[in-house]
Amino acid sequence: MPDLEKFTRIDAIALPMATPNVDTDQIIPARYLWHAKSDGYGKWLFNDLRFNEDGTLKPGFILNQPDYAPAEVLVGDRNFGCGSSREHAVWALHDYGFRVVIASSFGDIFYNNSFKQGLLPVVLPEAEVQALREAIERGNSAHVSVDLQSQTITGPGGFSTRFEIDPFRKKKLLEGLDDIAITLTFTDAIDKFEAAFEQNMPWLKNP
Amino acid sequence: MSHPQTLFDKIWQRHTILEREDGAVLLHVARHLVHDGSAAGFRTLRDRGLKLRRPDRTFGTPDHYVPTHTRDMASIAEAGRRDMVTALDRNAADTGMTVFGLNDPRQGIIHVIGPEQGITQPGLLMVCGDSHTATHGALGALAFGIGASEMAHVLATQTLWQGKPRSMRVTVTGTLGPAVTAKDVILAIIARVGAGGGSGHVIEYAGPAIAGLSMEGRLTLCNMSIEAGARAGMVAPDETTYAFLKGRPYTPSGEAWDQALAFWRSLPSDPGAVFDTEVTLDGSAIVPMLTWGTSPEDAAPITGKVPDPADQPDPERRAAMQNALDYMGLTAGTKFTDIPVDRVFIGSCTNSRIEDLRAAAAVVKGRKASVWAMVVPGSGLIKAQAEAEGLDRIFLDAGIEWRHAGCSMCVGMNGDLVAAGERCASTSNRNFAGRQGRGARTHLVSPAMAAAAAIAGHFTDVRQLLDA
Ligand code: SF4
Repeated sequence: MPDLEKFTRIDAIALPMATPNVDTDQIIPARYLWHAKSDGYGKWLFNDLRFNEDGTLKPGFILNQPDYAPAEVLVGDRNFGCGSSREHAVWALHDYGFRVVIASSFGDIFYNNSFKQGLLPVVLPEAEVQALREAIERGNSAHVSVDLQSQTITGPGGFSTRFEIDPFRKKKLLEGLDDIAITLTFTDAIDKFEAAFEQNMPWLKNP
Repeated sequence: MSHPQTLFDKIWQRHTILEREDGAVLLHVARHLVHDGSAAGFRTLRDRGLKLRRPDRTFGTPDHYVPTHTRDMASIAEAGRRDMVTALDRNAADTGMTVFGLNDPRQGIIHVIGPEQGITQPGLLMVCGDSHTATHGALGALAFGIGASEMAHVLATQTLWQGKPRSMRVTVTGTLGPAVTAKDVILAIIARVGAGGGSGHVIEYAGPAIAGLSMEGRLTLCNMSIEAGARAGMVAPDETTYAFLKGRPYTPSGEAWDQALAFWRSLPSDPGAVFDTEVTLDGSAIVPMLTWGTSPEDAAPITGKVPDPADQPDPERRAAMQNALDYMGLTAGTKFTDIPVDRVFIGSCTNSRIEDLRAAAAVVKGRKASVWAMVVPGSGLIKAQAEAEGLDRIFLDAGIEWRHAGCSMCVGMNGDLVAAGERCASTSNRNFAGRQGRGARTHLVSPAMAAAAAIAGHFTDVRQLLDA
């Protein structure tokens, strides 16, 4: 079974993005979704925000500022990754180089998808997210450290906090465990459950 | 008396295979829906040498990439996009799952097909690699969207690991006014709770205004639960649900129907069941709505004006709002009814069912569209029914295009796009920047409001057209 990418800890430049409701259509526009994952979705990350129609850079977009180009941590706002279920949004962020997204809330499906690609989504209270963004903006090419084992984040200006994460997901990320491989070890329980389920709901048979 | 349970609790419990000590739950998936955007899930399955565990519980139809002006696949220019549609047929042939292919009269948008065929039923846990899977909750199912990795997991194991979401009840009291539809109700709800307001929750919609909705209306309502940030939305099954289900191809009949019905009747939330969050709206106060910004939470009554960012105390919020207005090409203080539209799209899994088409046709009948407009039915069967009722003639006579079923201009993956800078009145569910095409400006409205905009050439309170 292929192992997933592990996540343990990083220390990297952080990108502040103070926009609420950053949706998956902005992260990766729908017109690219038919490409294979191996094509590398990073080049289309935030495509319409980053590039003009003729392919030139939009200087006003924060990711186009040279200081932030090597960022690996994204500090968003509320409801980051809302919208569609496209896992391509996670692929694009990860392929570009992001390893952590910090926000005060996430689109639920985006949040789930992140773990499948070794991208750590971190939920912090709104005031802390804002404080972290402001600290980064004050610092130049400010680094943020994220440690999954101890569930801690440290940043510029003495920023330091702890975050919550579901223990099963944490273990899978730390060890690079794959869901399907784990689930297949429960095949007996699944077989038994299905037999009973179908006995109780005999009307579910297809015509 | 056992502990009172919600509808959501009951379905969750019935599908729980096991619960780990750390709280993770392995859930059984009763029915799995797939579409032409699901190729990545099947690819993972193949790459890992795994088999589709339950072909009998997997159903698919191509919708996102299909052309709507013809059924000729050759009309799809890029080979990559064409492959998305043909891959579904190939995957179905390889795995033995059921597929309603492009030339099957039952083809359509997956969230329209499930209920239409009776594949969607009360009390079932259903998933699909698409965020609008919440639609199916209208029949009292627990249905939610998943990503490509989770999809591969379901294909291989017919199960899913999940933490239990919290529960929210949205109660809509009173009676809806004339020409106020489920679309207006859900836009009013999202405007109230915010685009992330339902985050981490499953919403149950309740109250007299909800009970009074038709099944089509409930499907519209639950469809946009994701736009409120919720994992799923649901409505307790009742007589409206059973009447809708009776006689559909995949619903039981005879003795099996009675057995199923007895189970379905046990599903509604018990009196005294507790929800983590409660929200109440006065249904009689809701009027036809539209969105003005780039998030579905930017919704307001048609009787109002474009809001002013200067009224926003928080500087970041103010900037975000100004960005939205700049993108939308709108000036604060403009009356909504003074905003001209360039295009009208009536369709999508939100509003492409027969009742939606009838509502639009009622407004259009005997009038001419003053801007380019198209109607895209949600399925081949809806298209046939609309044609039997003469609705296609009403649209065509008004100069409105009548298309084959698919997602079409909701997301534009098939090339049905809105041009940059153009303003579209759309019955779909997302007004995100670039959703209908790069630079496209989307305003979400009900089918009747979209039809009214097509006739007038600008946003109009549809109630005035209907009075006339
Ligand atoms: S109609 Fe739109 S929202 Fe619905 S499934 Fe298709 S693309 Fe998604």
